[in-house]
Amino acid sequence: MSSPSPSPTTTPAVPVEPKNYLNCETGVRSWLLTRDHKRIGLMFLACVTAALFLGGLFAMLIRIELLTPDETIMSAQTYNRMFTLHGVVMIFLFMIPAIPSGFGNFVLPMMIGAEDVAFPRLNLASWYIYLAGAAFALWGMVHGGADTGWTFYTPYSTTTFTKVVPILLGAFIIGFSSIATGINFIVTVHTMRGPGLTWNKLPLFVWSIYATSIIQVLATPILGITVLLTAIEHAFGFGIFDPAHGGDPVLFQHMFWFYSHPAVYIMVLPAMAVMSEIVPTFARKNIFGYKAIAYSSVGIALVGFFAWGHHLFTSGQSTFNAGVFGVISMIVGVFTAIKVFNWVGTLYKGRIRFSTPFAYFCGFIYLLVFGGMTGVALATVSLDVHWQDTYFVIAHFHFIMVGATLMAFLAALHYWFPKMFGRTYSEGWGLVAASLIILGFNATFIPQFLLGNAGMPRRYWSYPAEFQALNVASTAGASLLAFGFLTILVYLTIALFYGEKVGRNPWGSRGYEWNSPSPPPKHNFDSPQVFDHPPHDYDSEGHEPEMQTEVHGGTEVHGDDGAKR
Amino acid sequence: MNELMRNMLFLPVQASTMSTHIDYLHYFVIITTMVVSTLIGGAALGFYVKYRWKGRIGAKGEPVYTTFLGEALIIGVPAFFFLLWFAIGYRDFVRLQSPPPNAQDVYVMGKQWMWKFSYPDGGPSGTNVLRVPANRPIRLLMTSRDVIHSFFVPAFRTKQDVLPGRYTQSWFEATKPGRYPVYCTEMCGTGHSTMRAEVVVMEPQEFDKWYAEEKSHSRAKQRDGRKTNIEDRDPHATMIEMGRQLAESAGCFKCHSTDGSPHIGPTWLDMYMRKETLQGGQVQVADEAYITESMMEPKLKQVQGYQLVMPSYRGRLEGPESAAIVEYIKSLRSDGTEPVRDKGPQFDIKNGQVVEPGTGSTEVRTGGMQ
Repeated sequence: MSSPSPSPTTTPAVPVEPKNYLNCETGVRSWLLTRDHKRIGLMFLACVTAALFLGGLFAMLIRIELLTPDETIMSAQTYNRMFTLHGVVMIFLFMIPAIPSGFGNFVLPMMIGAEDVAFPRLNLASWYIYLAGAAFALWGMVHGGADTGWTFYTPYSTTTFTKVVPILLGAFIIGFSSIATGINFIVTVHTMRGPGLTWNKLPLFVWSIYATSIIQVLATPILGITVLLTAIEHAFGFGIFDPAHGGDPVLFQHMFWFYSHPAVYIMVLPAMAVMSEIVPTFARKNIFGYKAIAYSSVGIALVGFFAWGHHLFTSGQSTFNAGVFGVISMIVGVFTAIKVFNWVGTLYKGRIRFSTPFAYFCGFIYLLVFGGMTGVALATVSLDVHWQDTYFVIAHFHFIMVGATLMAFLAALHYWFPKMFGRTYSEGWGLVAASLIILGFNATFIPQFLLGNAGMPRRYWSYPAEFQALNVASTAGASLLAFGFLTILVYLTIALFYGEKVGRNPWGSRGYEWNSPSPPPKHNFDSPQVFDHPPHDYDSEGHEPEMQTEVHGGTEVHGDDGAKR
Repeated sequence: MNELMRNMLFLPVQASTMSTHIDYLHYFVIITTMVVSTLIGGAALGFYVKYRWKGRIGAKGEPVYTTFLGEALIIGVPAFFFLLWFAIGYRDFVRLQSPPPNAQDVYVMGKQWMWKFSYPDGGPSGTNVLRVPANRPIRLLMTSRDVIHSFFVPAFRTKQDVLPGRYTQSWFEATKPGRYPVYCTEMCGTGHSTMRAEVVVMEPQEFDKWYAEEKSHSRAKQRDGRKTNIEDRDPHATMIEMGRQLAESAGCFKCHSTDGSPHIGPTWLDMYMRKETLQGGQVQVADEAYITESMMEPKLKQVQGYQLVMPSYRGRLEGPESAAIVEYIKSLRSDGTEPVRDKGPQFDIKNGQVVEPGTGSTEVRTGGMQ
């Protein structure tokens, strides 16, 4: 990897204090009433980052409690609330909105040469709806929390005395935010593409976010109905899911997973979106299998709707159902495999530059391969019987869903940070933190795979003593992970104010969003965009990708570095 | 090889007939995963070493485009392995779902936060300890008194959710005498992590001796909650006899005959596994789940040609009581045989074939210890 060599003298002369989206208007009002997709994106990012640290705090408390087989720092009741809050905060407040509403809002309009999204007011409303839902959920957490797990399985969730209703309503409200953002992106992609930008020229990020939006719009209403019915049953004793009142408890599981399984793709497709941008940029060549990656995203979005029953292999659903859902789940696995091979294939004959976003790409591929293969193993029906509701499942979904999303979130943060703020961070610290996070993640969850094999069920406050060693190892890994996040918080905050200034396209990427100044002006571009080259194209005549010395170091020689070796 | 892999993966002992089948597939999947991921990782590392950026501004890679054959391989090879694993796994799953016809029944009831076990023919009932003989198939008929629980025996590689208001089943054939932990694996409240039990597998002769002794002089009393009607009855009675007495005291015979004669409600003679036509025209097989459901919610699935006069027995019959009545109904056969119990596919372990649903029906049940 190259050593950063600060050389401000080579920075292209920029006009003094150019007006950009950050300084064109000032004051709290200009943020709270903004209709600028970039500011709304930043406001989402601030909120989801706060949620990430809150959820992380709950996670650390859980890991500390599990250091010993019996009570360590909290009672069983408190522990049950902790893992519920960890799940609810991480899923509804962090993972679902993080990449689409945060980074998607910021870069998607720029990638298609638009000034803003199709419905800027709806976009701002989406942020307020998110805040309202978060406020409901947080109120419920402060006043007792829920102890059902984030899955809210009935009839336990409808009979527990804890504060399930406000948390369910919080999830219900946040759903509208998700739907609003999804509709906005679908309409934006259909109607606001710049001249010459046909569907087959769309950057892969846009394809994936488009697929995500379809799922958000179609699946989220199901969650709305399900949590509302559960809240009504809890509050008024309606007999919908509780057999004591004539309801059906497995009905809840079907309805819940009919949303929550596609929701897994709401989380992982945006992660794939980010990686499809980062790979060609840092391999400095066209992406291998553009159409395969683009269409497999849409394939995952559609087929993912019909795989929900693999969460119910041991629930008492029919043997026939289990077979159907198992086969469909395997097809989703094939789509994911297509992407992995194409990303790795992109590295072939590239000029690979190892920097912080690329480090997260490596972590991502690794987690996706093992998370994906354990997913295939879990869809192998007979194996799932042993693993269902054990730590194996916990480790699996933390690898594929959480790990992929987290790697992509951090990769995106480091990749677009120069574009967002016009400044850059210390590459050295970036790589240190990436190593801490990837190592910590493995040290946390590999022991959990083994715990699941050994038979330790999830949501266990106390456990047989033979599971202690692996639990201690997992907690040690979690501390490493937490330390990595704090490191990032520190150096990115410093970079925000004191980071070195960068120009338009520090990575030398061919992504369309890099054509705008950094940070971009209020209306994104100085001049109208013309899309005359395919996306991720490093080869067309007359398009030498620029690269800037202030970030890269290296010698000032344009042209090929001996590609004909 | 098996022991080495099992220890490396931290898997528990293999104490049932199915556990080794399941572990072998596990090994197949994990070894393939390791090989393929090493290849992918090695390729990525190789590409990085060979094609890394050497510090020239403006350096770029050579364009590479996919070929049809390349994409077909990328799709075909993973699809082949995934579907192969699925086929093997589903075959094993069908075996897990299909109790052998000669399995001995044990009723299991989960409640917050304990497991209760009772044997249909009046053997000892126990809390949190299930005693079974080795080398004989055992079928568990499970229900819950409150919320959803799940009955997980790691050493047998079996798990089945236990639902309130209906019966689910699970089966195993233990191969090694010993004590194996049981965990509840569905979040069920504060005591979820302490809802543990134990399966004690005994040598068959030892088990028979213990079972006969327990049955002859004392039954373990249920140690929590109020006493059920069963506990006030003759301890020597079988579950069938208890069911008959309960049905009498609950007033079932006011509407249901037991000799096939027409009455206000459907006759109980040959009711078990009978195909009943419901009000809506659907056909319902009167299995354990349906009979229990009809006691608790008679209006849900009414048999055609009868008025809805039956009251709900929810809250009036406890889990073991409704189970006893079900056992009594099952014993009422006009031809004097025991019925076949399941309609679903049944797997013959010895011959490795799926037995068609119809063909088992003439088989007389030969329970090991009756």
